[in-house]
Amino acid sequence: MGLNVRVENLSKRFGDKIVLDNLSLEVTNGQNVVVFGRSGTGKSVLLKCIVKLLKPDIGTVLIDNKNINLLSNKQLNDLRKKIGFLFQSAALYDSMTVKENLRFPLVRNFNYSTAELEAKIITALKQVDLTDALNKMPSELSGGMKKRIGLARAIITEPELILYDEPTTGLDPITSKEISQLIVNLKKNLNATSIIVTHDLICGQTVADRAIVLNEGKIYFEGSINSLLKSNDVFLKKFFSMEINEIQTGT
Amino acid sequence: MPDGTKMSSSEKHSKIKDFFSTVAGLTNFGMLFLKNVFIPPIEFAEIKKHMYELGVKTLPIISVTGFIIGLVLAMQSQPVMVRFGAEAFLPGMVSLSVVRELGPVLTALIFAGRVSSGIGSEIASMRVTEQIDAMEVSAIDPFKFLIETRVLACIFMLPLLTMYAIFLALFGSFVAILLTQNMALQYYVNSVVQAINFTDLIPGILKTFFFGFIVGIVGAYKGFNAENGTVGVGEASTSSVVISSLLILMADMVLVKITVLLWG
Repeated sequence: MGLNVRVENLSKRFGDKIVLDNLSLEVTNGQNVVVFGRSGTGKSVLLKCIVKLLKPDIGTVLIDNKNINLLSNKQLNDLRKKIGFLFQSAALYDSMTVKENLRFPLVRNFNYSTAELEAKIITALKQVDLTDALNKMPSELSGGMKKRIGLARAIITEPELILYDEPTTGLDPITSKEISQLIVNLKKNLNATSIIVTHDLICGQTVADRAIVLNEGKIYFEGSINSLLKSNDVFLKKFFSMEINEIQTGT
Repeated sequence: MPDGTKMSSSEKHSKIKDFFSTVAGLTNFGMLFLKNVFIPPIEFAEIKKHMYELGVKTLPIISVTGFIIGLVLAMQSQPVMVRFGAEAFLPGMVSLSVVRELGPVLTALIFAGRVSSGIGSEIASMRVTEQIDAMEVSAIDPFKFLIETRVLACIFMLPLLTMYAIFLALFGSFVAILLTQNMALQYYVNSVVQAINFTDLIPGILKTFFFGFIVGIVGAYKGFNAENGTVGVGEASTSSVVISSLLILMADMVLVKITVLLWG
């Protein structure tokens, strides 16, 4: 069962720049929420605040109804074991092989036998269609392959909350579609709650139960993806027509 | 006031601020290490791996440095000792210099040059590519896994490397003496053993545990707090060497004073 997430009055600034401005958001169990927005509007910062990689200046984040700011280190780590995070850069451990990258969170946090570990690693690699990469180093992988291994690492622990930071950026259209479909399947199989930060409208359309658009650190739009696309709002029309244009021109 | 003067004044302020924030950050980081180092789990496999990576792989440069220090010291001291008719004391003089001061300090400085910059750049690179964030979000404590293991490896390996360097320096000085005068190995060894006693050897080796701690903690601190992408990686690497070398020399002054007070 997925974890619910509630963000209340979250604000975060870096120097003079206000990145998140009194933002509130609720994601219920098992829901896929897609967050759109221009670069620098605080989408990645929001994800990092949710897992306490960044500490908000003001506001609270509740996961599974627990205020993460009030948790002890052990409680926070117990909660993080239920969370998967796909980083924009994939963030693979470059001193480890693909197999070791996938094995790392499992051996550290769970008590699986060697056979179970092997099976989980192979299953995760099959999901991202990269079984051949098992013994490769991250430096031997292309950008897209790294992203897929990063995704395999994020889902290998069967998390109840998955945070995706630009899951399809830098991937070819076919792989992007496969990754988007995988996000949908994960929701079905794990019933995980997901927050997906993306610029990719096709990915958003495929995976979203609900869409949010951030602008200048605030929620500008919240609703279904269809109502978002049909909206007559000038800003939204401009934003998405540029996205569509980018898709059409392949940039 | 001209713009240039304003800039230099603000730069000065910023540098002073940076200096004090580094001192405070480094102190906190060191205290955090001491507070957590005995709390399980202890990552033995990682410590062993880093002892090899940071220690064993430093052997070639330490070997060359140690041998040459002994050789050059004996070569430079010999004419003076001959002038005073004291060439018989040359092995004792060289061994005392090497064991008490040159061996520990020069080994630590060479170690800082190779290892502190290596730790700084490796951890900084992990920081800027979000690998440390990935570790944290996977419920793995990066401080325990990345920092403590490397600092402990430095603390364990530097004393061993220093003893090895001292041995090679003494061998180097024997070679230098042998090139200019006939001296039996047995006589050389006896002279060295007679010249060195407990109060020379133990403080010299003990202080390398502190130097190892300095090398490890400075590199780890600069790497862990790196920012600004690849520029930050370079900055972490360079400043790790500069700060750890300075701290080694400053710590040496204090430790020599303590040694003198304790053992005379």
